[in-house]
Parts: sequence; C-alpha cells; structure tokens
Amino acid sequence: MKAAPQSAAPARRGFEPNWPARLGWALLLLYVVYAGSRLGFTWERFAAGLEHGGRFLARMFPPNFERWRLLSDGIVESLQIAVIATFFGILLSLPVGLLASRNLMPPWITWPARGLIALCRSFHPIIVAILFVKALGFGALAGIMALIVASIGFISKLFAEAIEEISLKQVEAVRATGAGFMNVLIMGVQPQVLPRFIGFATYQLDSNLRNSTMVGIVGGGGIGATLFTAYQRFDFDFVLAILIVIVALIMAAEIVSGWARRVFQ
Amino acid sequence: MTAAPAVVAATSEGDSRALVIRKLRKEYRPGVPVLKDIDLAIPGRGMTAVIGPSGTGKSTLIRCINRLVEPTAGEILFRGQDLAKLSGLALRQARRRIGMVFQEYNLVERLTVMENLLCGRLGYVAAWRAWLRRFPRGDVERAFELLDAVGLSGFATRRADALSGGQRQRVGIARAIMQQPDILLADEPTSSLDPKTSVEIMELMAQLAGERDIPVIVNIHNVDLARRFAARIVGMTDGAVVYDGPPGGLTDAHLKRIYGGESWLE
Amino acid sequence: MSVAARLERDWRRFTPVQRLARHAFYVATAATVVLSLRTVEVIPEFLYDAPAQMGDLFGRMWPMDWRYFGPTWDALVETLHIATLGTILALLMAVPIGFLAARNVTPNPALNLFAKFIFVTSRSVNSLVWALLFVAVFGPGPLAGTLAIAFRSIGFTGKLLAEALEEGDRGAIEALTAAGAPKLSTIVLGYWPQARPAFWSIALFRWDINIRESAVLGLVGAGGIGVALDTALNLLYWDQVAVVLATIFAVVVLTEMAVTLIRARVI
Repeated sequence: MKAAPQSAAPARRGFEPNWPARLGWALLLLYVVYAGSRLGFTWERFAAGLEHGGRFLARMFPPNFERWRLLSDGIVESLQIAVIATFFGILLSLPVGLLASRNLMPPWITWPARGLIALCRSFHPIIVAILFVKALGFGALAGIMALIVASIGFISKLFAEAIEEISLKQVEAVRATGAGFMNVLIMGVQPQVLPRFIGFATYQLDSNLRNSTMVGIVGGGGIGATLFTAYQRFDFDFVLAILIVIVALIMAAEIVSGWARRVFQ
Repeated sequence: MTAAPAVVAATSEGDSRALVIRKLRKEYRPGVPVLKDIDLAIPGRGMTAVIGPSGTGKSTLIRCINRLVEPTAGEILFRGQDLAKLSGLALRQARRRIGMVFQEYNLVERLTVMENLLCGRLGYVAAWRAWLRRFPRGDVERAFELLDAVGLSGFATRRADALSGGQRQRVGIARAIMQQPDILLADEPTSSLDPKTSVEIMELMAQLAGERDIPVIVNIHNVDLARRFAARIVGMTDGAVVYDGPPGGLTDAHLKRIYGGESWLE
Repeated sequence: MSVAARLERDWRRFTPVQRLARHAFYVATAATVVLSLRTVEVIPEFLYDAPAQMGDLFGRMWPMDWRYFGPTWDALVETLHIATLGTILALLMAVPIGFLAARNVTPNPALNLFAKFIFVTSRSVNSLVWALLFVAVFGPGPLAGTLAIAFRSIGFTGKLLAEALEEGDRGAIEALTAAGAPKLSTIVLGYWPQARPAFWSIALFRWDINIRESAVLGLVGAGGIGVALDTALNLLYWDQVAVVLATIFAVVVLTEMAVTLIRARVI
C-alpha cells in the first residue's frame, strides 16, 4: 500500500503492478510469435491442415482388426521386451543407484556412478535403440538393451536420491549394534527406501511398455514396426486398431502397477 | 575436587569390568580439541552419569566408546581390549557387546517394534536371516520377554512411527538390551521426553542394567535426575573432567564450576 | 505367563492375506519373466557378436565430422523452438482441463472422468505416434512436431496439475465462496495462487523432458534435430551421426543445469 506523495485527492493503489512478472509475460508472448514465425506457422497451413485432418480421421474409422494375428504377435513381442528390460533394468539399477548415493559412498565411487547414470539418461530410448540395432541387428534384443539402458538411467537416479534422503540416525543406531554392512542395508536403509522404490520401479515398467511399442520403428522389435508399415501404406484403419490395442494395454499395465504398489506397501 | 583421580583409582583397582579411559583426545578440527586428554575409570557396575553444559564433549565422549566418533588419540580399555584400536570384524564384534540408547530414539520408523528389537541381534545373525526375517526362535522369545519387561506387551506388531516418545525410548532400551551387552551407553536418553517419562526411562535403565549386573553410562543434562539415579557422577566442562565422585559429594561450588561458564583451566 | 502360553507367542511379519498376495505377485512376476525370456526371438549369435559390433561402430564415429555442425545447429534451434512452443501450448490446454479433472474444483464426476480420460489417452500415445498422426495431417515439418509435443504433454502436466489442485487448502476457497464470489473468481483468486508454484515446477519438468522428446521427432519427419540425425543415419555417415549425438548430449546437460538453477532461484 503506497500513498501518493501529493496531498490533493491521493489515489491509493491496492496492488502495485508487478513489473517483472508483466515483463516476463510480454517476453513470453514475443517469443511465441517469434518462434512461430521461424517455424513457419501460418494460419493458412493450419486451416489446410484441419481440413486435411478431417479427411484423415474419416479414413481411420472404423478401425480394422482383420490382421489381428499380426497385431497380437507384435504386441506380445512388445510385452516381452518391456518385461525383460524392466526386470534386468531393476536388477542392475540396485547396485548402480547404491554406488551413486553420496551419503553412503565416497566420492571416487559416486562420481563415476553418477556419470554412468547421466549418460544413460541423456539419450532418448529411440536413439539408443538405433545404436543397438546397428550393434546387435534388428529384433527384440536391440529393443531390450535400449530399454535396459533407459531403465538404469531413470531408476538408479531416483534410487540414489531416495537413499540420500534417508535419516542417517536410524542407520547409525543399526550400526551401533555391531551389524555388518549387509545387515545395515537390510534393516536400516531398505525399510526407508522400499516404498519409493516400488513406486518408480512400477513407473518404469509402464514407461518401458510405452517405449517398447515404439522401438520397432527403428528396428528394435515389437508392434512399432507393424504400426509404421501400416502408416506408410496409408492403412490408417489398421493404424487405429493398433493404437487402440496399445492404449488398452497401457491402461491395463497402469492398473496392475497400482495393485503392485498396494501389495508391497 | 582435585583429588578425584586418586579416589577413582582406589575404587576401580581389581574391577575387571571397569571401563578405563586414558588420555582420550578428540579434535574435530586440528588444534581445537573437544576432549582434552581425558583420564577416567568408570566402575563396572551401577549407573554413572556424565553431566555438563552443551558442547562440552559429553556426547563425543560416549560416542568414542563405541566408535561412532573416532578418537584422535588415547585408549579405551574394556574387558581386556582397547576399543580405540579395533577395526573391521573385531570392532563389529565389540560393538555388539555395547548397547546404546539415543536421544532421538533412532528407531527404524517404518519397521515394527518387533523388527526394531531384533535389530539388536543383527551383530549375531547372517544377512539372509535378516532379509527373510527368520531370526532364531530364542531371539524372538527373548524379544517378547523384553517387551513385557519394558511394559510394552502386545506392541510387537505396531509400527515404530505410531508410538509416543516414551514408548519409542522403551523400545530403544529393549533393543539395546537385546544385544545382551556388557555395558549400556545412553546419549541424552531423556532430553526429548517430558519430566514424568524421563523418570520412568531412567528407572527402567537402572533396573534392567541392575538385573543383568552391567554398568550404565548416561550422558544427561538434568542434574536432579543424575543425582537421583546415578551411583557415580562425572562432571565435565570445556572438554575436561572437573568432578568425579559420588552424587553426595556434588556441591553447589562444583556445579558452578561445571556450568558457571568461566573456565578455571585457562 | 505360563510356559505353554509363552511358547505360543509367534511373530510373523505379514498377515496370511498379505503373504498370499505377495507370494502371488512373486510367482506371477517370475512366471512372466521366465515366459518372456523363453519365448522372445533373440538370436544368440548377435549377442556374442555385440562387443565387436559396438567397437566397429565407435570406430566409425570417431573422429567426428564437425563440418556437419552447421546444419546440426540450425536443426537444434528448431528443436528448442518445438520443445518450448509445444510445452507452452500443452500448458494452455492442460490448465482448463486440469481444473475440470480436480474433484474439489469441479464436483461433477462425469466431467472429472472425461478430463481424466483425455489425460490418459494423451499419455498412452507415444510422442512419436502423435508425430506420425500430425505429419499425416499437416505434412512433415516442425508444425507437426510442435503439436505432437503439445498433445503428448497435456496428459502429463494436466494430471500433475489436477493432483496439485486437489491437495490445496480448502479454507481459502471456503472463505471466498462464503463471501459470495462467483466460480470463476474463486478459481482465479483461490485455486490458482495455490497451484502456481506447482504449475511452474511441472512446466519446467515437462520442458526438460520435451527437449529430449523433440530431438527424436525428426526421425519420422516432424522437424528438429531428428531430421539431421535421420539424414546422416540413412547415408550411414556415422561420423556425422556422432556430431548430432554429441550436440544432443550437450544440450541435454545444459538444459539440466539451467533447470536446476531456475529451480533453486525461483521456485
């Protein structure tokens, strides 16, 4: 509340204008216009697209499930990729995440571990899949390896953060009983991190399932290849069928993850 | 009371269960000692209370005994071993004979009371037993008995974070006793508790340790509690021992020296 | 207590029901993993050959062809625009739908469900697939990419926003409603200020992820650095591919640092 300096009919503003915020919004708006023009967004393109989109949607309906055998083979392979990658990803993330926690490990161990995690996280799983396809050939193996890398990057990082947030007092008390390193981990550290760990392990399962449906586009096996082929052949009704199955699968996986989280509370 | 060291030597000679501290020194920063060459002999039975103002090194002293803090120099002799020199397996084996009760209870909050008690046996069981929670039958029975002894019958399956402060400290004491220790350490066990509960906790520790005939070393703020329960009082100020004797001998002059703020040693 | 009674005191970590559920899960998980391992089509020779192949790959990538950096840079800038515009667009759409999904803002269960359905669909369809769809509609280029990012992000940001709204303090809202404020006003002055810190945090989080996502959209023709990557890959110019990958890595690291900085200073 600021009173005007002069005495004649002072107008007192209830809210001072927030100039930094207004400046921020203005800059944002300017950026949007600038970027839009750089990317070539024009109303004509958009309008043309909308019309085109209408026709496109029409070609998608009704979804075509004729080639359901092909569909189910692809989905099954995607499931296999996701399950195997999550299993091994979790297994490998446990030691890597532990080695990366700065409150339990000395710096000469945590630095390389964190570097490894950063490397695993930097690249989109699709890019990693491309590299693995080159190294391991087309097929599920490349997809599995790519998703293992993605899983390690995600789970290890969050696992290390969870470990760094535990109360060391509880750990100290367990150590004071004369427990060895493993026992300290089992009774002092694990109870504090397990619920969160279950949370991100199930999240990564869902994420791997989503990605496993895509790695096929670059040769990593699964339904992605089928989807891409159908797309390139303009079989949009088959594309829609595949999409419906993928969405249903992911929703089912989310439900299962919810159960797992509740059972292992 | 400058005659203190001589008095101490007389009562602990031949006491094979005493804890003898010689020239114990701890410097968190080089050249700034928190413990200044402490010489102390803690009798092998009964409760010894360490009193003194905050920051004077009481907690550091206690924690040097089970090596939660590393001494810079000195010896800690207990039952034929120098605790300050142990490492690795020998240190762990020594630790399982030393029970500790903490100011903030330091229970594993997400575990049940029973699991916290069984933590006391972790120095004795293999990792797979801890993982599967298949502790030896005798340990589980003893845990139940201890729960009865501390007044928490029926609490075995409650989670630790569902307990009150006093209840948690009882579990902490039971956990320490589960180790079947040769000595019980307590680092300000009552500082987080209300007055009535504090008395109960001190009584419990005195009783359980007395039944097992093991010494208790308690680090405590509250002089009245110390006088009431301890057979021996050690007064510290500024990193050195300035009183070592029975509670009856603790006069106001001593208290002023311990808590007064002015250091006569300088 | 009698000896008999004492001997009967047993301690079990889990109730029988819990144990059954846990065992069921272990068995189901083991079965799934084993089944997958046995039925997946993997040619073992490829696995043994892998180290040699990877060595060959890295050999071809080094030294990197820095002449390719020019087109890479332009594509990179385009990627950043796609990610940023896409995130902004997503937030614009996610905010109103997020309000619809929050049970305390919109007490209508049908609308809640509708909003949640939009979010689930948005999340379930991979950004690459969104890109494919938009390329089919709008033709190849960054427009398709931006819309793909936007539509994929609605679900993520909207769900987190709805959760943040539902955790808000009801007292302030009650006070406003009791004073007779219309619904829109309670939203602007009651819910929004509480959700604002969460909103910026979510926005920053998603922007970070979108930078990574935008980098690959070009593989299907939706603009950005993925196009440069795709071109180099198709020609098997691995040293150029290496330049693109290095650039992506650098950008991701810089973005992370920027986000950490902003989080520390502003949020």
